[in-house]
Amino acid sequence: MKTFEKIFLGFATLTLVACGGQEKSSNQSHLSGNIKIDGSSTVYPITEAVAEEFRNVQPNINVTVGVSGTGGGFKKFMRGEIDINDASRSIKSKEADACAEINMGFVELSVAYDGLAVLVNPENDWVDFFTVDELQKIWNPEAQETVMYWDQVREGWPHEELHLFGPGVASGTYDYFAEAICGKKVGTRGDYTASEDDHVLVQGIATDKNALGFFGLAYYEENKDKLRLVGVDNGDGTVLPSMETVSNGTYAPLSRPIFIYVSSAAVAKKEVNEFVNFYLDSAPSLVSEVGYIPLQDNEYAIEKEKFNAFSGK
Amino acid sequence: MTNSRKNRLKDKGFEYLGVACSLFGLVVLAIFIGDILADGLSRIDWDFLKSLPSRKPEKAGIFTAWTGSLWILVFTTIIAFPLAVSAGIYLEEYGGNGRWSSLLEVNISNLAGVPSIIYGLLGLEIFVRIFKMGNSVLAGAFALALLILPIIIVATREAIRTVPPSIRAASYALGATKWQTIWNQVLPASMGGIFTGVILAISRAVGETAPLIIVGALAYVPFAPSSPMDEFTVMPIQIFNWVSRPQHGFTVNAAAAIIILLLITFVMNGIAVYLRNKWQKKINW
Repeated sequence: MKTFEKIFLGFATLTLVACGGQEKSSNQSHLSGNIKIDGSSTVYPITEAVAEEFRNVQPNINVTVGVSGTGGGFKKFMRGEIDINDASRSIKSKEADACAEINMGFVELSVAYDGLAVLVNPENDWVDFFTVDELQKIWNPEAQETVMYWDQVREGWPHEELHLFGPGVASGTYDYFAEAICGKKVGTRGDYTASEDDHVLVQGIATDKNALGFFGLAYYEENKDKLRLVGVDNGDGTVLPSMETVSNGTYAPLSRPIFIYVSSAAVAKKEVNEFVNFYLDSAPSLVSEVGYIPLQDNEYAIEKEKFNAFSGK
Repeated sequence: MTNSRKNRLKDKGFEYLGVACSLFGLVVLAIFIGDILADGLSRIDWDFLKSLPSRKPEKAGIFTAWTGSLWILVFTTIIAFPLAVSAGIYLEEYGGNGRWSSLLEVNISNLAGVPSIIYGLLGLEIFVRIFKMGNSVLAGAFALALLILPIIIVATREAIRTVPPSIRAASYALGATKWQTIWNQVLPASMGGIFTGVILAISRAVGETAPLIIVGALAYVPFAPSSPMDEFTVMPIQIFNWVSRPQHGFTVNAAAAIIILLLITFVMNGIAVYLRNKWQKKINW
């Protein structure tokens, strides 16, 4: 037992010496450790991209990312099981209370914008734009089994059947659309073709002249030739979703910020601190690469200040 | 005359119906495999097997996914095999026909019908939290082992039942004890059937996603597990993740990963057939 301890101590000193030497020789210190991230599958592509790039800078820090969903991620977050939660919505008061109970603080950092696209078939030649009221008229729960034809939405549109497509009720995208169009806790009508696989929705709208659907803007960007994007009028004229209109907020109400949440326990770890700073620095270029819309440059600076204030630097 | 002709027609008709039914599954499988091969075959190369996940579809690979799957499989087998075979032997050889053993039997059949996500929830509470294994390979393997236990138990019992009673009688007649009879006669004779059951069960486990997601398998893991306590990801999760991405390149990656997963399953089924034949040849009473 004694000899074992000696050997162990020997190794520990050796490692320390080795580390110290390294730090002197290169001006950029190499940290090691683990960072556990979980949460929304909407935010996942961004975090994955950042983690991939982070490996080039800090190869000894192991970053792992799960996709339990925003809510599932918060469940782990408030038990202290993960360092960072990817969230496609803000934390709920119930979840924040649970964090307070174990004396854990957290900071919410916006990392990108996500726009919801409203789409029709390219052969559809009657729709020029939708007002928010029209979308509400189509999607609200009372419309089920009653609003079934295009001419019921706006006079002058043909008496053709209205076929609706959208993500399933379990997705954060659905929650967001339902709340933005139909209001809090109302939900939407249930008689639409729902699929968690957005490729199915693309296929459905692309092959049906009378189709109308919605999903994340990134999917439209990849399928521009098969679908027609429709602008939304929120009272100030029709706005088409684009890089610019989503990030400056004029494409309302169908654009939203997406977040990462960092806990106070995690922020105390040097490697997490380093990672979050790297996240906010590299987000402007990486976010657009994976199909999302970056914040304005000064907004990233604000988020960074917010984080540094939180971490006590 | 007319009656017998009618019967003969019915006979032929049934034959064709049978052929159609047998072909139905095969045709669907062939279409599926053809479609996947067309999409993904060109994507498979060494780099694909060696690379880490990436945001760029052409750079992304399945290294951590297939190594994770392999770790999970090995540990699932190590855990499930002895438990299930022992349980099968007990039920078949010692259990008798009492109320206790019929209660056990009913419950094991019930277990086989429980949806896999329930095993995930059970695994999360028991292995991840109470036993504090964390989101590790070991916790995932325990959850999957529970899932395939009933399948192997049933296979073991079936295999043991095929051993003719005369062999047992002969063994007893030579003065062997019950345990000696089981160990030296019954088990070797039924091993082929047991292996088949085990490997079919594992082939099922390799495709499971839901329980592992609940237990905490991750989507992005930039390292292969090096101990059973490491975090991990598996092939089906990687495939699911890629299928839900908008970029076309990821769909191709998913197809390529599916081919690899199918290959693993085919190889395992091949091993099952080989083992069964080998053990059957060994038996010469």
